[in-house]
Amino acid sequence: MEGSLFQWIVFFAMAFLAIFCALMVVTRRNPIHSAVFLIVNFFAIAVIYLLLGSQFIAIAQVMVYAGAIMMLVVFTIMLISVEEARRVPMVRLSAGKVFGVILAILLFVELLYGLMVKALPGKVGPFTPERLQAVGPVRTVGGLLMSKYLLAFELASVVLLIGIIGAVILAKKER
Amino acid sequence: MTDYVWLIPLFPALGFLINGLIGRWWRLNKTFVSWVACSALGLSFLFSILVFIGLLRLPPESRVAIPDKVLFDWIVSGGLKTVIGYKVDPLSIVMALVVTGVSFFIHVYSVGYMHEDPGFTRYFSYLNLFVFMMLNLVLANNFLLMFVGWEGVGLCSYLLIGFWFERDAPANAGKKAFVVNRIGDFGFLLGMFLIFSKLGTLTFDGVFSKAHLLDPVTVTLITLLLFTGATGKSAQLPLYVWLPDAMEGPTPVSSLIHAATMVTAGVYMVARCHVLYEMAPLSMAVVATVGALTAMYAASMALVQVDFKRILAYSTISQLGYMFLAVGVGAFSAGIFHLMTHAFFKGLLFLGAGSVMHALAGELDIRKMGALRKKMPVTFWTFLLATLAIAGVPGFSGFFSKDEILWNAFSSPQGHFLLWLIGFITAGMTAFYMFRLCFMAFCGDYRGDKEVWHHAHESPPVMTVPMVVLAVLSVIGGYVGVPAILGGANHFHHFLAPVFGVHEGGGHEAALRLLPLAWAGEAAGEGGHGSAALELFMMVLSVVMAFAGIYLAYALYLKRPDLPKALAQGYPRAYRVLFNKYYVDEIYQFLFVDSCKRLGTILWRQFDEAVVDRTVNLVAAVMRVLGGGLRLLQTGFVQDYALGIILGAVIVMLFLL
Amino acid sequence: MIPPALYLALSAVIFTIGVIGVLLRRDAIVIFMCIEMMLSAVGITLIAASRYLHSMDGVIFVFLAMTVAAAEAAVGLAIFVLLHRIYKGVKVDEINLMKW
Repeated sequence: MEGSLFQWIVFFAMAFLAIFCALMVVTRRNPIHSAVFLIVNFFAIAVIYLLLGSQFIAIAQVMVYAGAIMMLVVFTIMLISVEEARRVPMVRLSAGKVFGVILAILLFVELLYGLMVKALPGKVGPFTPERLQAVGPVRTVGGLLMSKYLLAFELASVVLLIGIIGAVILAKKER
Repeated sequence: MTDYVWLIPLFPALGFLINGLIGRWWRLNKTFVSWVACSALGLSFLFSILVFIGLLRLPPESRVAIPDKVLFDWIVSGGLKTVIGYKVDPLSIVMALVVTGVSFFIHVYSVGYMHEDPGFTRYFSYLNLFVFMMLNLVLANNFLLMFVGWEGVGLCSYLLIGFWFERDAPANAGKKAFVVNRIGDFGFLLGMFLIFSKLGTLTFDGVFSKAHLLDPVTVTLITLLLFTGATGKSAQLPLYVWLPDAMEGPTPVSSLIHAATMVTAGVYMVARCHVLYEMAPLSMAVVATVGALTAMYAASMALVQVDFKRILAYSTISQLGYMFLAVGVGAFSAGIFHLMTHAFFKGLLFLGAGSVMHALAGELDIRKMGALRKKMPVTFWTFLLATLAIAGVPGFSGFFSKDEILWNAFSSPQGHFLLWLIGFITAGMTAFYMFRLCFMAFCGDYRGDKEVWHHAHESPPVMTVPMVVLAVLSVIGGYVGVPAILGGANHFHHFLAPVFGVHEGGGHEAALRLLPLAWAGEAAGEGGHGSAALELFMMVLSVVMAFAGIYLAYALYLKRPDLPKALAQGYPRAYRVLFNKYYVDEIYQFLFVDSCKRLGTILWRQFDEAVVDRTVNLVAAVMRVLGGGLRLLQTGFVQDYALGIILGAVIVMLFLL
Repeated sequence: MIPPALYLALSAVIFTIGVIGVLLRRDAIVIFMCIEMMLSAVGITLIAASRYLHSMDGVIFVFLAMTVAAAEAAVGLAIFVLLHRIYKGVKVDEINLMKW
């Protein structure tokens, strides 16, 4: 398949970038650094989405995660984490934490084992790449959101509205 | 015309709703309330008559084949399908006529009697509710709706006995009536369950048409259980104890509920289930025996009582015993006939009692009465007519009905000489104590307070008119059932015959077989005519008995008023036992109430506190220890909770793999 | 064509790194960021599955998860601001109100 090699190269580059950034997010002492690496991670994942043919989600990933959410996070960090110079340990080890890491690794092993043993389950749907190409993938998503998933879409907007109200109420200074 | 049967219970229900729901709220005045209540009953009575006329127009055979008027489905659940439906047949319409007619007159009477009472509205709404429930009882086309009426009249009886609940005695009497009735109702319910479990239906038509499928033991059990219900509701041995106490209620209530209508529900029920009872000779014998014994037993207590209304109460129990004697020997129409005439004259007797109480400021002790004839002639004359009727003096209604019962007790296949003898003696006792009451209250010299005498007066027309009407009915009510032997056509018997079937005539041979007297052979020798002669002879015998009782009362209480006291002193023990009503209340108190209390105390101390409470405390203690341990898991740190989530995810993944 | 297992493996790796971050770090904001990272890692799984099963459900699902994440960010960060006002710093092992 033509362009296949290019796809492989892009995939591995982005995969390693994402994993590297994820590690940096977890290991940086300064939260601002973590945030920056997280943004890069989101961009890498957006490219992965593009590779998977989901332009709409890729753009949304960049706008919502890398744009809006990370903007909020950075603002919050600037608002509250001024005592960055404090020399406190980043991690306080305890039996629970060690147990937690062991569990996390166990979970990872399980996930990989599952990947190797099980086939991708589920029914095959009607949206073949050719059809998506013919209609346009973004157009397909839009159509579905406005028809079959209209209720979920409206509910999502209500969730957002409530989130905004909640945030305002919580963060408001007491009179 | 018979389609309108559902209107009969509708009007009292409406009256109850209007008076009961908005009467107090809108402060309706007494005139309006009484008009609503009485016109509801009047309309109901009117429709009963219309349905009755409609029924008369049909040929006798089709009168029992009228399809039930089903209003709507009530309970539909699995195999159980119950409807609200009413049945029109000669039996139910006779009952409806008696209930609505007597109720109507007593409603009118109550307007005068309760006029000063602050609970006027409440009284009339209860009364209307009672009539509604009673009509459901007698018109129902299935056992369950009948049971609703059965319980409903019990409830109204409780409410009305305890009408003056601010005093202790009526409240306790109401409670007693309710509890004693409940014992009987339990039997009724069990009988109903048994019917349903065996036949799978509760409609009368369904049950009676399938009754032949039942085996004899089951039928006997069902009928005995149903009869237990009847003994409670109709105050028979051994559950009669509530009725004398029920006299604490307003007197028109005693008249309506505890003499004319509700207490006869048991008789009606047995008559309605005659198909079942006829299949169970043992139950019939039990019914007849209990009836006869109750009749005599209650009459003996009435001999020495001094409370005006209590004498009437024991008399009611005794007369109900007669009715059960009748249905017990298979003379169902005779029982219903006596039920009807009894409703007239006993209702009237109670109205007379109410009139006397009204005149004497609530006085009930007949030792403090006398000579009331001069002050209240209408009450006296109507009371006398009713007394003559209940005593069985020829020409009055009670004579015909009581005599039919006695004759059937003797002659029907299920009858027995002893049953007749008990009934015969009771007839004499009845005549005696009723005339004793009449003489002591209305004749002789006044023995009470002069001040009260001064204020004594005849009741207003709103009370006396219903009394006069009932007096007329007491006199002529018997003529619908004049037996053939006296040249009558016995219309009543023939009217009910399609319901009960015609099988009450063939008992003469059996009667002759049972007859232990010498002239039996002589009578038998004359064949069919002989039994007629026998019937006539026994009729004369009972008339002689009635007059003997009357004369005895006259001799003891008018000619020689000192004699009764001497008699009481001559036989102190017998007198005391009778006066204290055989100590039955005390015995019941000791046997059931006190022993239950003792048992309850033991259970409370030994079982509830020692076992149940400790078990509960133990469970609580265990939970506290376990909870104290588990509480340590709740550290409050979010990361520990996150750890829990991950642990859960790992375990779920293990299951999925 | 890149096999789907690779996408899923990538998703698993990033997800696990996020889990470890959530369990180990003390700074609430970093934990929050790790959670966001886990969410988008799951997104890869959904999109890949939806791509290889020729379905659009996964895409819609990720879109909705994103809106929830946005709402969560608004509320969560407001809570952090509030906590900061009370405790002068949001270290999760110094706050243990969430019990009983």
